[in-house]
Amino acid sequence: MIPFFVYPEYEVVRDYDRCISCRVCERQCANEVHAYDEKLGKMVADNTKCVNCHRCVCLCPTHALKIKKSEDTYKINANWDNALITEVHRQADTGGVLLSSMGNPKPYPVYWDKMLVNASQVTNPSIDPLREPMETTVFLGKKTANVVRDANGKIKDTMSPQLKLKTPILFSAMSYGSISYNAHESLARAAEELGIYYNTGEGGLHRDFYKYGKNTIVQVASGRFGVHSEYLETAAAIEIKMGQGAKPGIGGHLPGAKITDEVSNTRMIPKGVDAISPAPHHDIYSIEDLRQLIFSLKEATAYKKPVIVKIAAVHNVAAIASGIARSGADILAIDGYRGGTGAAPTRIRDNVGIPIELALASVDQRLREEGIRDNVSVVAAGSIRSSGDLVKAIALGADACYIGSAALLALGCHLCRSCHAGKCNWGIATQVPELVKRLNPEIGSKRLVNLVHAWTHELQEMMGGMGINSIEALRGNRLMLRGIGLTEKELSVLGIRHAGE
Amino acid sequence: MKRIYVREEWCLGCHLCEYECAFACSGEKNMVHALKGKSIHPRIRVEDGTGIHFAVNCRHCTDMPCVKGCIAGALSRDEHGMVVIDKNKCVGCYTCVTLCPYGAIMPDGEGKAAQKCMLCTDNGLTEPNCVKHCPNNAIVFEDRG
Repeated sequence: MIPFFVYPEYEVVRDYDRCISCRVCERQCANEVHAYDEKLGKMVADNTKCVNCHRCVCLCPTHALKIKKSEDTYKINANWDNALITEVHRQADTGGVLLSSMGNPKPYPVYWDKMLVNASQVTNPSIDPLREPMETTVFLGKKTANVVRDANGKIKDTMSPQLKLKTPILFSAMSYGSISYNAHESLARAAEELGIYYNTGEGGLHRDFYKYGKNTIVQVASGRFGVHSEYLETAAAIEIKMGQGAKPGIGGHLPGAKITDEVSNTRMIPKGVDAISPAPHHDIYSIEDLRQLIFSLKEATAYKKPVIVKIAAVHNVAAIASGIARSGADILAIDGYRGGTGAAPTRIRDNVGIPIELALASVDQRLREEGIRDNVSVVAAGSIRSSGDLVKAIALGADACYIGSAALLALGCHLCRSCHAGKCNWGIATQVPELVKRLNPEIGSKRLVNLVHAWTHELQEMMGGMGINSIEALRGNRLMLRGIGLTEKELSVLGIRHAGE
Repeated sequence: MKRIYVREEWCLGCHLCEYECAFACSGEKNMVHALKGKSIHPRIRVEDGTGIHFAVNCRHCTDMPCVKGCIAGALSRDEHGMVVIDKNKCVGCYTCVTLCPYGAIMPDGEGKAAQKCMLCTDNGLTEPNCVKHCPNNAIVFEDRG
């Protein structure tokens, strides 16, 4: 049986008036799309191999290339769209589970785009962040310090360990293995320069990066890859990964081809063998079990480091968050269904979980109602695309936001969503040495620093416009938000009024 | 003196520097006009091996075998330490081409004189064009003493 031919979804368009046949496109395409045809005396392209990563488009010195959506179509059908038909054909060809990468691309409502931010006019003064102080520093951790006095009546310091962020942004968990050594180094160097944190993901921490420990959050996930006492000791905080927004309810699978010598050493698993993270932690079946792991990790690190629990946003997220806030965790990270991934089953990524906007609002509301909001800091994740989303997330109740996809975009990612193929032309989601070297961490870290600086400036401008001069005063301040085009129910879940009200 | 240094660990072997060099030295303002349908004669060349790439151009070295060997006095060292070629004096004997241990001097496009990297001082640019356009900072222009 031969598989059905599927006409390529995207086509390379070359302007032959501009092409100088320098063959840079050919040398830079790991998918071998471009070639010089000696007989024709010109460059040609094999569209069937193109993943639309734009590497050739960006590097073409005469801008002779563009990629366009193919006009080929099956008979138009509002129910069976082209992608669905092709996917059924592919599954009939292979019998396999469809794999996808990066965040859910389906046209579900984006609530960030249905909320508007307030500004001061006449009766309340706005603040100019260029002339007046505008505090973006936040501290993440438990804030329920009771006043306890010693024998002399002096107040004892009972404050739980805190993470200090110069701006309310952290780089999301992305494991070494799913992303490259150079991508990790870029994130680590940028986090250090910015006074924020990056997250190792579940793949352990390469020895070379221990020096960035004070800006590192290490993750303990269901596979426990690369977890040992020094790993925990080196970090500023420890994150227990219970779930991931892109694939709630399932574990992870890093193909053996990506388990190189270095990845194998870092993960403490054999080389070339698939790295499977189980769907659940096999020692956690209740909040009480979670509490045991939290305190095991705290005990192992002398109660000096905050423990984060990361969960995917699912239907009963508020109740789960309430349990976590009582479990001893210092920080709760919630990952919405648009969060990215290096590989996930397509059907899970596209159909499971709920939007971070709704999850965040309901968690913040629930924790406030129960009087336990200060037990944990809340970090929102799952497609924070701009400083506008960041402001709205903080106003809905987040203490800070994780950014993953945006950080990868800064490194060169063009969201071609082919991470699972392992041939990332931008040197990010690959372990192939010739491709990894395409991401120079000097450039990568600088671009990340630029991005976060830009967002911070924008954040300050928007806060100033609202007459607010600290993140503290914006956090959970839902009066600063108005909905537009939302139903009563959506407004009530978000806890905001409609525009005009 | 600032020199061009190549960092092998970041060189991707894309050969863009060769085209940017040829463009910079063409006198044209548009790369398509400069290079379309023409064979290029860049002053920087990328050496490719299996898994290794390295751009090579004049290092403006201090022992200067090219200057010592030039029979026409076309090659000299200026007050900053840059090795320069005066094409009007060059007779095209290519002694320098055979003497350069790096292969950084080569016949020019017309084949009547030698050419070498002049750090883009002879084409009105403010910095070497290969450095400016290297996508991975593999070519840098630095004063390392």
